[in-house]
Amino acid sequence: MSELRDYRQPWWHRLTGVLGEPSRRWRAMDDRERFQAGIVLRAVLVGVLVYATSWPLALLVAVIFAVQYAQPYIPEGYAWLRRAVIPTIVLLVAVLYPFYNGRLPDMRWLGAFPDVNTAVIMGVYVIMAIGLNIVVGYAGLLDLGYVAFYAMGAYTCAWFASVQFAKHHVQFGAVGVASTTPGIHISIWLLVLLAGILTAIIGIVIGLPTLRLRGDYLAIVTLGFGEILPQVANNGDSLGGFNLTNGPNGITPIDAPGFFGVSFQSGSGTFFTGPRLFFWFVLLLVMITVFCSLRLRDSRLGRAWIAIREDETAAAAMGVPLMRTKTWAYATGAFFGGVAGAYFASFKSSTFPNDFNFNISAFILSMVILGGMGNVWGVIFGAAFLAYLNQEGLANIGHSINQHLGTHLDVPLYQFGIYGAIIVLTMLIRPEGLIPSARRRAEFHEGVSDTPLYDTQQ
Amino acid sequence: MSNGNGNLLVAEKVRKEFGGLVATDDVDFTIPRGEVVSLIGPNGAGKTTFFNMLTGVYRPTSGRIVFDGEDVTGMPPHAITERGIGRTFQNIRLFQNMTALENVLVGMHARLKGGILSSIVRTPRIRREEASARDKGHELLRFCGLRNKDDEISRNLSYGDQRRLEVARALATQPKLLLLDEPTAGMNPQETADFTAFVERLRTEQALTVLMIEHDMRVVMNISDRVTVLDYGEKIAEGTPQEVQKDARVIEAYLGKQALELHAE
Repeated sequence: MSELRDYRQPWWHRLTGVLGEPSRRWRAMDDRERFQAGIVLRAVLVGVLVYATSWPLALLVAVIFAVQYAQPYIPEGYAWLRRAVIPTIVLLVAVLYPFYNGRLPDMRWLGAFPDVNTAVIMGVYVIMAIGLNIVVGYAGLLDLGYVAFYAMGAYTCAWFASVQFAKHHVQFGAVGVASTTPGIHISIWLLVLLAGILTAIIGIVIGLPTLRLRGDYLAIVTLGFGEILPQVANNGDSLGGFNLTNGPNGITPIDAPGFFGVSFQSGSGTFFTGPRLFFWFVLLLVMITVFCSLRLRDSRLGRAWIAIREDETAAAAMGVPLMRTKTWAYATGAFFGGVAGAYFASFKSSTFPNDFNFNISAFILSMVILGGMGNVWGVIFGAAFLAYLNQEGLANIGHSINQHLGTHLDVPLYQFGIYGAIIVLTMLIRPEGLIPSARRRAEFHEGVSDTPLYDTQQ
Repeated sequence: MSNGNGNLLVAEKVRKEFGGLVATDDVDFTIPRGEVVSLIGPNGAGKTTFFNMLTGVYRPTSGRIVFDGEDVTGMPPHAITERGIGRTFQNIRLFQNMTALENVLVGMHARLKGGILSSIVRTPRIRREEASARDKGHELLRFCGLRNKDDEISRNLSYGDQRRLEVARALATQPKLLLLDEPTAGMNPQETADFTAFVERLRTEQALTVLMIEHDMRVVMNISDRVTVLDYGEKIAEGTPQEVQKDARVIEAYLGKQALELHAE
């Protein structure tokens, strides 16, 4: 008797042996076979990278894979080494990036490696994506209005580091601002922190009424808030005669951060150029964000978040206060959104209501989904990659396509269509994202049993 | 000792209506300290509804629930858990993609203090707290018969082990009163016997008060000090297992043949 076809598989898996068949075969393998197949697959990936991009990227990936395989041979006593090797390599490559990025060979399809300014923007998006990952990935609360927090951070920075409130004259720790300049000018470093805190408070204020809702309802309400804040920014040039946001004209210029009298605007000499300083400090912020995110994941609070994501009713019955715990997730996510927004506003030296469309919320959510919900490393990759595509990648790809095929396509014009396609493909082929957390992967394939049991309305 | 007669939980005229349906009809109910009380009744008698009101999942339409001298009517579930009522679920509701130990650690949530900032900094106090929580969790899993299953993802545990883990997780909340919702459902006779012995141990070693919903009459008659029978949301009988067994209304409403078999043995 011939083997019965497995109709539980989605139809496209039957059509495309490339996608569906290996995953079934993978499940049927034992550990040894998986190990061998893993080596082959990784070699193929490196090969593809050599072809599609250029050798430096392929080399980095190859080194990371090699270290992964070498890790089990690190002696027991050096557990910290086992965890630290890959982050150290990645960090070194990143810190030194501004020195060698101009000398790297062009990638075949993606063109030149990203500019340092682009790298700063990538870093900002990484911070935002990690923040959103706390809300969506850890606690499982679908937030479609994350851009509100980004906007809040950006405007906080703009208010306290520009000539917006010209009637006042306050200066505190600002670098590169003449003492006669009117307006409030406070050190950007303080503002980054202040923006985070203010945004977290906004997060709590928004969260308290909305987090009672579940699933789709929560998503819709957050979507609403994501629309409200940019509208407030757009119409905030005359709130009872008071010009809060300068309306559609936005607030510009915004002070740059600085140290010891060196403003990031101009930099100092040929070594400490402005973009490099911005880049190194966004790296620092990313590191702090990753650190906080990982520590929180492994804490009492992180466990409670994951428990809520898995089964709200059971979590409550185990003594997890739902509202408080969800609000903490929301506030923490908001905090990082605010930090990123403030730093970004200072980097761009401007903030406009149009920067905070719904598109951005969806874009950041895409980063989290593509990278792998719940896994910080996946989210970093997803955010950096999509931010890069947005800034340079798509234009470069378009250029390559036009050159090879003799067409005249304006590829960046279709950006949101392309991101949409990426998300649809991710959800179809690999719903857990490119680099998922083990837990999330299981949830996507086996499901969770979170049926509501409450009658909280009564 | 809050009230003179030593009742850990007193429910007065607890009523729950879903639309026009009366799920529990002015039920009076007490659980004496240190006893094992069973709640039985045919399917749809309102047992689980009653349970859900005790644990704050449902708010009673009217009536009052006093636990350990404090009125807990209408408190949210986590507040009630914090005051010392731990529960399991009829259809297992573990955190399926977390390990056994993590499930137990979530159960300890209300007993731990780690806040957001101290967790990020990981102060020495938090380190100690986490380490001792892990030790306790490990200990608890062993106590519940889950030796060496700490790092097992709970969905991969066998059915019996999942039931055990539910109890372990409920015990991790450090309850004064443990509510078990059909704990032996789906267990084979051996597992059921083990479980009965386990509940006996909980009572003698940990001085725990237990309220359980149970369909297996052998379990009920073996370990209960008192039995309460619900039918159509009404309490139709209450007393020692022997008394309840002889009650004509109970035999008619629920036990029927099964009780006669038990007598015959």
